[in-house]
Amino acid sequence: MSERTIIPFGPQHPVLPEPIHLDLVVEDEKVVEAIPSIGFIHRGLERLVEKKDYVDYVYVAERICGICSFIHGLTYCMAIEELMKVQVPDRAQYLRIIWSELSRIHSHLLWLGLTADSFGFESMFMQSWRLREYILDIIEETTGGRVIFGSAKIGGVRRDITPAKMDEIMKKLDAYRKDVSQLCEQFMKDQTVKHRMRGIGMLSKEDAITTGAVGPMLRGSGIAQDIRMTGYCGYDKIGFTPIIETAGDCYARCMVRVREMDASFGMIRQCVNQMTDGPIEVKVTGNPTGEFFMRSEQPRGEAIYYAKANGTKFLSRLRVRTPTFANIPPLLTTLAGCQLADVPVIVLTIDPCISCAER
Amino acid sequence: MSFMGFSKVVLKNLATGPVTEQYPFVPKVYPDGARGSVNIEIDKCIFCAICQRKCPTAAIVVSKEPKSWEIDRLRCISCNYCVEVCPKKCLTLDTKYAACSTERTKEKFDGPAAAPKAVPSA
Repeated sequence: MSERTIIPFGPQHPVLPEPIHLDLVVEDEKVVEAIPSIGFIHRGLERLVEKKDYVDYVYVAERICGICSFIHGLTYCMAIEELMKVQVPDRAQYLRIIWSELSRIHSHLLWLGLTADSFGFESMFMQSWRLREYILDIIEETTGGRVIFGSAKIGGVRRDITPAKMDEIMKKLDAYRKDVSQLCEQFMKDQTVKHRMRGIGMLSKEDAITTGAVGPMLRGSGIAQDIRMTGYCGYDKIGFTPIIETAGDCYARCMVRVREMDASFGMIRQCVNQMTDGPIEVKVTGNPTGEFFMRSEQPRGEAIYYAKANGTKFLSRLRVRTPTFANIPPLLTTLAGCQLADVPVIVLTIDPCISCAER
Repeated sequence: MSFMGFSKVVLKNLATGPVTEQYPFVPKVYPDGARGSVNIEIDKCIFCAICQRKCPTAAIVVSKEPKSWEIDRLRCISCNYCVEVCPKKCLTLDTKYAACSTERTKEKFDGPAAAPKAVPSA
């Protein structure tokens, strides 16, 4: 038996977008075990809920994550709406889906670029971030912000999209859909990509369940679980079907995300077709009381918001469980037994968002 | 062959110009409704300080006596909340971002000086 060595990975590492530290126990080039430690960027955002008005906290909730910001704000709003028994108008729900799916596309394109970069495919990184920039332009045109949308609000949304603007956006999106699928096809068919991802970082169906994987990590192992299936925020009106792959390796997780992007373009098109004129918000008065668990599907997986209110304008407790936090145990399972050179690729296939995980 | 797939993109890139905007030679065009920087029409302001209370980052400081409205541009996150709650609609959000600065300074707008109180004649 060869000698065991511990190699530190992170918190500062060229492939890591955000700080997570892994102690990799290696035997020669083989990783035997990975010991994680997080907590480098804890900001105490959950505690802040006791000092901020529940209406103002939407701005804080949106800043929990810089990439899936809209869905964070939206989940918080939906939790409060459930507590206050507010029925959101149909048009607002469709607008919420459109923005959620736009943020999913931009998050997956960002992730695709970073993953390609993690094994040295830098031109793919440039290409996918070029396409992401077009999506960000659409987001800026419709909400006013590039990554922090600021358009979710308790009781509806802040901004409407005019029909003329919607047509213009749909024309652009149809063109981008072709570009994205072309780019993804080139990526997925590439020999190097297949070589670096096929059979690497295997997560079996059983392991995915026992370690509590969420999102594309879970769906890449062949389990059809997506919170959008529950029909929150009007997803039941657009006939959603989850995307699954059965291989359970890095390539399968990549494929899930690639196919999800295409599905998101389709969902936006469907929302635009089904949307009718109407109000975009309802007036919310009074203070929330009671407690509620709200679940939503973010680009990285399932997020859970637990809100407890006591009838005042300050909530007494807010707990956020983000997808990256849930995906750390399955990551450790997949890392055990892999080669040291494959660690960056495997870490990136969970789409780590550490700021999110530490709140 | 599979590795030739990307060559199409490479050739296309060679034929077309750069994708990035050639700033500062080409001016940046901001879309309508972009959230840039907060501006105030100080003559309309009644110094009610609702914007100060609602500001999520405490970037705005309003003083009633002497009348003034201050904003810390580095703290402001351009969330548009102050513009929404302003009762006199004297706050607006410009599409252009605030200029860069090297130090944390506050931009101060002074309101009209209070009219001298009439002294009751003896």
